[in-house]
Amino acid sequence: MSPRVVFPNKILPYLLLAPQLAITLVFFYWPASQALYQSMLREDPFGLKSQFVWFDNFARVLADPNYLNSVKVTAVFSIATAVVAMATALLLAVMADKVIRGRGFYRTLMIWPYAVAPAIAGMLWLFLFNPSIGTLAYGLRWLGIAWNPLLDGGDAMVLVVAAASWKQISYNFLFFVAGLQAIPKTLIEAAAIDGAGPTKRFWTIVFPLLAPTTFFLLVVNTVYAFFDTFGIIHAVTGGGPGKATETLVYKVYNDGFVNLILGDSAAQSVILMVIVIALTAFQFRYVEKKVHYG
Amino acid sequence: MKFQGFAAGIAATITLLSTSSAFAVTEISWWHAMTGANNEVVDTLSKEFNESQSEYKVVPVFKGTYPETLNAGIAAFRAKQPPHIMQVFDVGTGVMMAAEGAVKPVAEILSMGGKQFDKSQYLPGIVAYYSKPDGTMLSFPYNSSSPILYFNKDIFEKAGLDVNNPPKTWPEVWEAARKIKTSGAAPCGYTSTWLTWIHLENFSAWNNQQYGTNENGLAGVDVELKINSPVFVKHFQALADLAKEGVFRYGGRTSEAKQIFLAGECGIFTESSGGLGDIVKSGMNYGIGQLPYDPEVAGAPQNTIPGGASLWVFGGKSDEEYKGVAAFFDFLSQTEIQARLHQVSGYLPVTLAAYEETKKSGFYEKNPGRETPITQMLGKEPTENSRGVRLVNLPQVRDIQNEEFEKMLAGEQTAQQALDNAVSRGNAAIQQAIGN
Repeated sequence: MSPRVVFPNKILPYLLLAPQLAITLVFFYWPASQALYQSMLREDPFGLKSQFVWFDNFARVLADPNYLNSVKVTAVFSIATAVVAMATALLLAVMADKVIRGRGFYRTLMIWPYAVAPAIAGMLWLFLFNPSIGTLAYGLRWLGIAWNPLLDGGDAMVLVVAAASWKQISYNFLFFVAGLQAIPKTLIEAAAIDGAGPTKRFWTIVFPLLAPTTFFLLVVNTVYAFFDTFGIIHAVTGGGPGKATETLVYKVYNDGFVNLILGDSAAQSVILMVIVIALTAFQFRYVEKKVHYG
Repeated sequence: MKFQGFAAGIAATITLLSTSSAFAVTEISWWHAMTGANNEVVDTLSKEFNESQSEYKVVPVFKGTYPETLNAGIAAFRAKQPPHIMQVFDVGTGVMMAAEGAVKPVAEILSMGGKQFDKSQYLPGIVAYYSKPDGTMLSFPYNSSSPILYFNKDIFEKAGLDVNNPPKTWPEVWEAARKIKTSGAAPCGYTSTWLTWIHLENFSAWNNQQYGTNENGLAGVDVELKINSPVFVKHFQALADLAKEGVFRYGGRTSEAKQIFLAGECGIFTESSGGLGDIVKSGMNYGIGQLPYDPEVAGAPQNTIPGGASLWVFGGKSDEEYKGVAAFFDFLSQTEIQARLHQVSGYLPVTLAAYEETKKSGFYEKNPGRETPITQMLGKEPTENSRGVRLVNLPQVRDIQNEEFEKMLAGEQTAQQALDNAVSRGNAAIQQAIGN
């Protein structure tokens, strides 16, 4: 017996939906179908000669060891970025929730980085940690850490994960703060009276009640790590050293726009689309079941 | 009455339109990738050309970095709206040459404008690089450069090295670099921009070593790479060893290493002659030397190859527009313009007359070292190994080489392994690109 909105007019609902549908059609279905068509073509960069090859491009991409490497890199990068960005944001949100004086000031500061464009965030981190001219790189060397993201793949990965999560922490922070405010104080007070300590209260009351927010952020952060981090990787490492930070999105760009192999690049973007659709469907199907919407 | 007036109005408009179009200037679009001071040169040249006559108007448009400009041009061609002229970097030459039908050879355009293209007036190394195997000149050389050696005189003095006698061979560079590091004169001895361009493409030409089959790709597109021969392996193993000792420092795949040199971190530096401007601007006490060579190779040094960029003309435009392009190229090849371009920008002069003119003016006496990139390139008649490297997918092959070098410099593999991998992966990529 869920409440249903009833429209007396038969056409109006479609009319109201039309702008959104048109946008989806023009900006998603049309380019996606083009990508699908391109992924089955073999073409020179100028499109002078073109040959329809069915699934040849897919077969070649999937057999390429560099592609499998890029899948691995993406998995490591996305999980690390999502975990770091969400865990740090949650910690900061819980801390900020306790602040009484200057609460607004703290929150504003925390939200600031979100306004920074990815490429600029990347440059910022690049300058701080550049092994030759970076201020913080000097510090690391002084501490005896052999820091060189230009040649060490591990260092490069740490750098892009740090830059990517730093930028996303603000967004997550905002949602966690809102989520924390929605938790009734009475529940926490009741638990406190029953003798539960702050840690116990957090894990048994606050964290479960935050689940809807956490789940939403998990989906958003996964998509962010997959797609929106291109600018950061492009600015900080360019996929290097070797292929240590070449994620799937970066490889699509590199094969398409640097190496000018449009067929392979399109095939990769189609595969990427399938992966993200599957991942989101999985999250909604299985993870959401464990979420309690209060 | 009303209707008649309306019709008369239309007739008048049509007459006006047709007459005005008869006198309209033909616009020539020029997409380029020049920034900073070099961008100003582009604007000045266009302005001067536009003021020198009234039939054509060149409109320069900045399109981003070299690869971005190339991509923008390709995308525009696919959308059937290409510019008239596009500046393409040396590495993109093979890409453009493979696109027969998309571009119009420069020699043909000049003859459409009633001008003959006289090859003998241009620097031979540059003409050879931008011509088809049969000798047809395809693009117009605009800015050419060559890699040279720079050194920091203050660091040299501190390390007890002779500032008037910079290292001439690679072993001398390694030795001087080690001395800089061990004496504590600077934290690092040697760094370099563009390992692929300087240590592979120019290294092979300068030491007369084969880079790939089919005359390094100049005679045909089916190329097998040869960069894992012993001379290359020895050179790169030396670099890898120096990297391990901290004497050589890696800056990045393109010109990032310039920052390291400008910061005074390294004493010796190899870079394009076009990079001179920034070093002059920094106020460093610098010196210039020839690109070092391998003394164990008979006949070295041979000659270096041109880098930089040339201007390509897209096909499918009207004759009138091509005449405009021809007029502009004719304007650009004037001695006076070429000599000024060379002296202001640090790029090489494209015509012999401009070179002679600069020589006569006493410019090289006042600016020692500025002639080095030219003498390097013109020193000897080029051989099959030293006319340049041309691959349909050179940007991709360079990326592969860079990836393998990075693994080598990180100590994950030896020079032999790195070059073997670069050859096998590079060959596979070339085969895919030519459609096999």
